[in-house]
Amino acid sequence: MRDTQITPLLSIACLVVLWIVAAFLTADPQILPQPWDLLPRFRQELASGDLQRNLGVTLLRVMWAFALAMVLGSVIGLSMGRSVAINRWLDPWLVIFLNLPALVLIVLCYLWIGLTEAAAITAVTLNKIPNVATILREGGRALNPDLDAMAQVYRLPWRTRLRHVILPQLAPFIAAAARSGLSLIWKIVLVVEFLGRSSGVGFQIHLYFQLFDVAMVLVYAFSFIAVMLLVEWLVLQPWERQVRSWRTA
Amino acid sequence: MIRVNIRQKRFGMVPVLGPLAFDIAAGETVALTGPSGIGKTTLLRLVAGIDPVFDGQIDRPDHQAIVFQEPTLLPWRCALDNLMLVHSGLPRADAETALGAVGLCGKGSLFPGQLSLGQQRRLSLARAFAGRPEFLIMDEPFVSLDAETADAMLSLTEELIAQHQPATLFVTHSMTEAERLADRVLELKTGPDGAVLA
Repeated sequence: MRDTQITPLLSIACLVVLWIVAAFLTADPQILPQPWDLLPRFRQELASGDLQRNLGVTLLRVMWAFALAMVLGSVIGLSMGRSVAINRWLDPWLVIFLNLPALVLIVLCYLWIGLTEAAAITAVTLNKIPNVATILREGGRALNPDLDAMAQVYRLPWRTRLRHVILPQLAPFIAAAARSGLSLIWKIVLVVEFLGRSSGVGFQIHLYFQLFDVAMVLVYAFSFIAVMLLVEWLVLQPWERQVRSWRTA
Repeated sequence: MIRVNIRQKRFGMVPVLGPLAFDIAAGETVALTGPSGIGKTTLLRLVAGIDPVFDGQIDRPDHQAIVFQEPTLLPWRCALDNLMLVHSGLPRADAETALGAVGLCGKGSLFPGQLSLGQQRRLSLARAFAGRPEFLIMDEPFVSLDAETADAMLSLTEELIAQHQPATLFVTHSMTEAERLADRVLELKTGPDGAVLA
């Protein structure tokens, strides 16, 4: 096995050892259970189907919010990066929304829209858009003007220009926004579910928090982390490798 | 026929180009010279339609091509794609022929980053001529090449221009290049309200 594969595994093993030592020193399974103590609870949730159902619900919310935030944030960010006038108008908004606590937006969305699915997804999307817009604004500013001029002189159709000239230049910025976006969004989705939904991982964590059941809180948290790691390894990283393949050719 | 009639080009309040007018006939090659910073590239950008903000009128054919100082290729696409994406209807065989014409036979699958600067410049030339342009614009296409490569590129450009016969406008600082390629030389000089033709 190569070093690049061994090192992450060793790193995770160290984290597990640290957990075992901390649980041993705590000596109270209600505060911090040993990792192996989670297995029966995990199997129990899996057998009942609750784990899969709640993971699925949360994942769907994450995907909706992620897609909306990426599309809207990219359009806003790119417009700001390309137009000084638009940037001048929207920059103060961006600063305000970047500094608005996630909790405030979530509470306001629930108050204004109601305790609905739409409010939950809107709250998460609004929390993420400023972040995506900020990263894509830099992408818009970094676009090569000579390639733009080339596309203009050769009269490339806008679709070709977007697909083959603009998007490849933005790919590193989109990848950065997607990666930071996904990790941020799922955390916000959990808060949204914690505060105002009756399903999902966040709701389950809320439930077991009230029961002071640390083991179940950890079961749900780790299960969702595992799902997000799979998304990272199976979707984001292969895509990033593909769009960067020309650099390493 | 390309007709250029510029009354004025300003950057903010600063006049850059004064009144200047010239024509380029089909098949004619015109060199544009002048001291650095006088506005040669600015004029070229107006003529190419890249910068539409000026006072005046420029008539140019739809079918034009440009060769920049830098190769300005799509680094994420292979050499062949760089030709076929820009000229959407270009058959693969014609794209390969165009690559062969500039000495890049068999290099079609390489990315621009895998080519030397001289080869990238050749690819940029191939891209320009692959579309059989009526009007070719070149902005110091042989700058920053070693003498031998620059000479080879110059000969290649001469051949391609002779073969395709586009109307050509190119910027150069070298009188040797101007004498070898151009039928006519236009020189920019400082005027009271921006650069004018000498």
